[in-house]
Amino acid sequence: MNKWQGWRKIRYESDLDPHFVDEIASIPGGETLYSCIQCGTCSGMCPISPYMDYTPRQIIAMIRAGFRGEVLSSYTTWLCASCYSCTVECPKDIKLTDIMYATKRLAIRGKVYPKRFPTPVLAGEFFKAVEKYGRSTESWLLVNLFMKTNPFKVFRQMGLGLRLFSQGRLSLKRESIKRRGELKSILKVLEKEHMVKSKDELVSAGKEVA
Amino acid sequence: MSYIYYPGCSLKSTGRAYEESLLTVFDALDVPLKELEDWNCCGATAYMSISELKAFALSARNFALAERQNGEEDYAEMVVPCAACYLGLNKAHRYLAEHPELRETIDRALEAGGLKYNDRVHVRHPLDVLINDLAPDKIKALVKRPLEGLKVACYYGCQLVRPYADFDDQHDPQTMDKIVKMLGGEVVDWPLKTRCCGGSLTGIVQDVGLRLSYILLAEARKRGCDLIVTACPLCQFNLECYQSRISGIYGHKINIPVIYFTQLMGHAFGLSDEKLGLKRVFVSPSRAFSKAEGGQHVHG
Repeated sequence: MNKWQGWRKIRYESDLDPHFVDEIASIPGGETLYSCIQCGTCSGMCPISPYMDYTPRQIIAMIRAGFRGEVLSSYTTWLCASCYSCTVECPKDIKLTDIMYATKRLAIRGKVYPKRFPTPVLAGEFFKAVEKYGRSTESWLLVNLFMKTNPFKVFRQMGLGLRLFSQGRLSLKRESIKRRGELKSILKVLEKEHMVKSKDELVSAGKEVA
Repeated sequence: MSYIYYPGCSLKSTGRAYEESLLTVFDALDVPLKELEDWNCCGATAYMSISELKAFALSARNFALAERQNGEEDYAEMVVPCAACYLGLNKAHRYLAEHPELRETIDRALEAGGLKYNDRVHVRHPLDVLINDLAPDKIKALVKRPLEGLKVACYYGCQLVRPYADFDDQHDPQTMDKIVKMLGGEVVDWPLKTRCCGGSLTGIVQDVGLRLSYILLAEARKRGCDLIVTACPLCQFNLECYQSRISGIYGHKINIPVIYFTQLMGHAFGLSDEKLGLKRVFVSPSRAFSKAEGGQHVHG
């Protein structure tokens, strides 16, 4: 009997999501994605690509081929520090940093990001604070982040934190804007709008055209 | 010309010394900065990861407030020192001008808050203002303690000159170099001036983040620099506050002061350490400064 060889690594056509590329390309300026020549300049420029599970060039190829699950659950998108090296150097003007933001947003909406990995948690906590107060308070952002990812880390960072407190560089006082209501009504209008269209929205838009 | 100052969240917290030194130095140069009333978060990196539209709306509210505060004048010149805020606001500024559909949505949102944006804002970095708006001799005229013999590495970081800024070169920016030379300092040839410091990864994915900072520090040390100057609160924090941890992890003792370019300017102008936030540092620059003053130790 054959030994079990693990989950199959190849993908069949039916496993792929043909709408994925259009979904990502629906961001402003996203249509440049279709003109990628796979030259690898982005991966060469990226200071973090050696630590990624897929390089930026591979991510583009995978988006275009429809590897939705692999792309959205990869670490690559959460390791991107948004330094824009790839965007500046791309010979086809692909805004790769914006594409990384798009995959981050889709991963969060689909809840497929790596669990307890701190970058998506940080983004979530930052978003909540700004939505409520209009500003971010660095001390609370860090406390909430550690509580949700690795509470023991609070102790490891304690020395650094205390030193910052003593220098007046961290404070527990909440930063907030005065007219929170004004900001709330602005953001409320955008509640239902997404810049990256979801798969269902794309499919139904396609049907309308047909 | 009058300027509206947009601090951003970091300059009120870990980057307080940047705010203190910026305001002191601009005051000495007789360029008043007036803080934007009720400013909100720029919609930085982390916000962009959740909702791009809301991030643009946050920037747009700041623009609308700046126009209102500016009154009848043609353009509100908004001075943004934090590199991440500068990028975020600049990006929103450009996208709102280039993508009418996006603009229409954002206008609708602003209207719900009783605000309106009329494209009468310029997003400016302090380096841009210092080099392009001021008379060339104005900075030189104020120098009381020239930085003779001080070897300085100018660190611009990633988000300041990439990808939307047009006041400096994206590959080999020069504005900070020019300022250091005006102050009498020597600029070290250091090709990593726009390489990423690791951003927020230094705190949360340390295996990756700290190495990126280490690469910058090790190269600066190899090239014999006495001091690194920067224009970004996160870069300053990463390169300075993690230095002892980085020395431990990579077995390479590094002890280089990392300060804001505005602090260096203020020091050369002869202003006090308190006013420049120079007491809020982990690695004291006093040894480097005394080198510039002929080896006499002047800081306690």
